[in-house]
Amino acid sequence: MTDIQRSNWLHIGVVIALACSFFILPEYHSGNLARILVLAVYAMGYNLLFGYTGLLSLGHALFFAAGMYGLGLAMQFFDFNPIAAVIAGLILALVVSICVGFLALRTTGVAFMIVTLMFAQAGYLTILYFGEYTRGDEGFVIQQADRMVGMIDLTSPMGRFFTALLLFAICFFIIAYIVRSGFGLALVAIRENEERATMLGYDVMRLKLQAVVISGVMSGSAGAAYALLFGYAGATFATVQYSIFPLLWVLLGGAGVTIGPLIGTIFMFYLIDYSSAITPAYMLIAGLALVLLTLFAPQGLAGELRRRFLPWLP
Amino acid sequence: MASVMILETKGLSKSFGGLQANTDIDFKLQEGLITALIGPNGAGKTTFVGMLCGRIPATSGQVFFNGENISALPAHQRIRLGIAYTFQITSIFPGLSVAGNVELSLRRAQKLKTKDIGAAVQKVLAQVNLSDRADQVAKDLSYGHQRILEIAMGLAQDPKLFILDEPTQGLSESEVEEFIALIKSLAGDTTILLIEHNMDVVMKSADHIAVLNFGELLAEGTPAEIRENKSVQSAYLGTSEDA
Repeated sequence: MTDIQRSNWLHIGVVIALACSFFILPEYHSGNLARILVLAVYAMGYNLLFGYTGLLSLGHALFFAAGMYGLGLAMQFFDFNPIAAVIAGLILALVVSICVGFLALRTTGVAFMIVTLMFAQAGYLTILYFGEYTRGDEGFVIQQADRMVGMIDLTSPMGRFFTALLLFAICFFIIAYIVRSGFGLALVAIRENEERATMLGYDVMRLKLQAVVISGVMSGSAGAAYALLFGYAGATFATVQYSIFPLLWVLLGGAGVTIGPLIGTIFMFYLIDYSSAITPAYMLIAGLALVLLTLFAPQGLAGELRRRFLPWLP
Repeated sequence: MASVMILETKGLSKSFGGLQANTDIDFKLQEGLITALIGPNGAGKTTFVGMLCGRIPATSGQVFFNGENISALPAHQRIRLGIAYTFQITSIFPGLSVAGNVELSLRRAQKLKTKDIGAAVQKVLAQVNLSDRADQVAKDLSYGHQRILEIAMGLAQDPKLFILDEPTQGLSESEVEEFIALIKSLAGDTTILLIEHNMDVVMKSADHIAVLNFGELLAEGTPAEIRENKSVQSAYLGTSEDA
């Protein structure tokens, strides 16, 4: 089997395994998994920019929130149906990521982190400022009756899970395709040595902007799906915390590995879930686990897997 | 046959703050030849070629490539016109395989179908004797091999003008010999501008030599002419004119 065939089977296999898990896992866990899949889409969007292109953004919550509010406000005030509202969310995320990318990419390194962080903060404050419409921190609920796509009830466990899985699968395959393409290789080139990439004739600025936009729209699609599937949009999702989460998920799972974001999101979700069952000071346990993981698997779980056993992991 | 100029500079200057690195350089590069650019350390050679390929913005002056004024073009667009540049300080993609490094260069420069890329990469690696290291991660290569990989990336671009900034630094004697043979085989189709400290390499390979000193073009000519040039001797070899 060639590496490409292996990678194809891996990606298809993961999606099939996830689909089967819905029928095997108890309802509590399949419910969790629906949430994890949506968040993993967010992490995959982040991974394209951070793991492959080497750009560390601290403002991705802005894109997530753009998708979420694009969808939420369109449904709330303009009575969009869910499909049209998802498109509205994606368009808003697209516009925001083009603007942020265009401005923030004039900086590099630490300055890029700070600029993206500031944009996200400005976004968060904007949501609070227009509290009359957005309901600020309190947020608003998207009514159950509105969350129907044809005959599919997105509030049912099955409708929710498979919608989440559909979005995950689409994004997962897109990422798998990108990282194997010339475009994906060029992004890695930028991560590895930006100046050399320029001196090979790559238009680094343009490639980076494309990466920001794809990453931003994917993050926005996760935000839109989150609001739609779980029926709530709130300013909490635009806070710094939600910019840090995808970074953590990607670092833990494996930056620059297609499967890393999913693994990282599952790991972090259950780490918090189980440790909070043991003690209210759950961050103590979670924190220790994170420290140990960064010490012994600095490339993340999937990164370590690639280093030791599966060098072909894309 | 009238000689054709592939590259020309007019009044090219660069100053870093108060330091004048290059002053008013009028330079012509003849197509198809190997031209060596020599000069003492700090003479401004790297700055000069940096301005040719757009890596370093010029303070004033113009650069013409194939008769076209490219002074306003950013680096990546100049590269796309057919200029390749290898760095003085090795600059490769450390985390990628040797083949991956060359592939990146090939994909940008030549429109190849995905299925043909593997063979094209192998062909380039064979040219520089790196075939058996294709799958090795570039950062694990020895310094000399990294230098050779960088040359391979330039070859993969199939450039019209190939600028090499001290390519033989860190190469073993046999590798230097192979390098000389390689660039001589390229000359004709490719114009080569070589910055080099190793006089043996310069004298063996160059058709034409230009000497920079204190940021100014001191002399130009064939190797024999340069060897006889008194001001070059004093500037470059440190001998005084009356010695």
